[in-house]
Amino acid sequence: MRVLRQALSVAYKDLAIELRTKESLNAAGAFAIAILLLLSFVFDPFSDVVREMSGGLLWLVFAFSGALIFNRGFSRELPNECLDALLASPLSPASLLIGKAGGIFVTLLPVELVSLFVFGIFYNVRWWLHPPELAAIFVLATWGIAIVGAVFGALTVNLRLRELMLPVIIYPLLIPLLIGAIEVTNTLIANHPVTDYEWLWARVLLVFDVVMTALASVLAETILVN
Amino acid sequence: MRERLSIVLAAIAALLLANNLHAMFLTLPDEAMQGAIYRILFFHAPAAMVGMIGYFVALTLSIMYLSFGDFKYDSLAASVIEVSLVFSLVNIVTGSIWARIIWGIWWTWDYRLTSALVCVLIFSGYIMLRRAIDEPTQRARLSSALCIFGCVDVVIVWKSIEWFRNQHPGPVLDFRTGGGRMDPAMSHVFYMNFLALLLVATALVLIRTRQESTAREIDSLRRVAHAA
Repeated sequence: MRVLRQALSVAYKDLAIELRTKESLNAAGAFAIAILLLLSFVFDPFSDVVREMSGGLLWLVFAFSGALIFNRGFSRELPNECLDALLASPLSPASLLIGKAGGIFVTLLPVELVSLFVFGIFYNVRWWLHPPELAAIFVLATWGIAIVGAVFGALTVNLRLRELMLPVIIYPLLIPLLIGAIEVTNTLIANHPVTDYEWLWARVLLVFDVVMTALASVLAETILVN
Repeated sequence: MRERLSIVLAAIAALLLANNLHAMFLTLPDEAMQGAIYRILFFHAPAAMVGMIGYFVALTLSIMYLSFGDFKYDSLAASVIEVSLVFSLVNIVTGSIWARIIWGIWWTWDYRLTSALVCVLIFSGYIMLRRAIDEPTQRARLSSALCIFGCVDVVIVWKSIEWFRNQHPGPVLDFRTGGGRMDPAMSHVFYMNFLALLLVATALVLIRTRQESTAREIDSLRRVAHAA
């Protein structure tokens, strides 16, 4: 309970900074819309095929624009030795890591929502047919991206080649999560019936989130404390 | 001692490989459906098995480094991952050659192929991460953490892609099927070749560990010289 309370205060701090500066929100939002625009030149944006592959398009956009957000998660703490101050504070390493993931999660979700609206308009796709299921998948997959992003953002924060290393490490690790999110989102947006197959993928997302969050909590001290 | 052991292991592996090659090309007949190309299986599957064993040995070594803080576990883990990566690449390349002849394509997005590729990508990231960190303690700690995340992710990838797509031939080895799917003469050569590749991998790990320890010693001497 104490860890959760501390994590919430870290997430609140990050969110307050983000709302004041809007650095990551603006960059990730603009980047997501630019990719959606570019994708419209790759294939016919009004063909029925778009609905069938909308999950793939959306989650690639979210994963790439998410990189801009989790890149900033820990690197914004570097000036003025803020990271050292956070580590010296009574916060536990696990709560710091989970709080950072919470900050990334809350920043990435609005970017995803805006991209979803823009996607609906640009590609004439009715994405709102299964709102609770779609919301659940977005929450599960976004938390997975956020926790892995926070862990590896922390792991690479002091590296010379941080911007190069982060995507190289993160995207292969996110593959099971992205496959699951793409599969279920495709079905929901194409308005196909939800079968056991989709539930299986939803369980993969849940397992990924639980396992990665547990590992992050256990290894937080190793990752954060120099 | 370690040098002598690696030479002995390499010599045994060379003898075994020579014997296996003789059996593969001069004793065993062609496979009824696939013809001569089936012989690639004697290198393709054992390379995958050696690679996978290596990743999980590295996982154990990484946990041991984090628990005891001894650099020898870190050096061993890094060496094991480098050697396993080579065996994974052998697995992918030999699989592609087999697929081109049997399926008519170099690659398909089957779960085993995709998992093997994800493994290679994750552990290539591990090697790049090690190269990007100069400070030995930080390098050992962070690469151990990445190894643990990577191995857990490989298990999730393996299981999830298994549900997703499957075109790869099913298991044929006795310990997976309970017997009867592979001719005993063929499975004998298969297991002997697995043993030979395992010995090659062990010899390579020993050589690479010695290089890693020497590199760490040189690095610490350089630091002392800079400080003086």
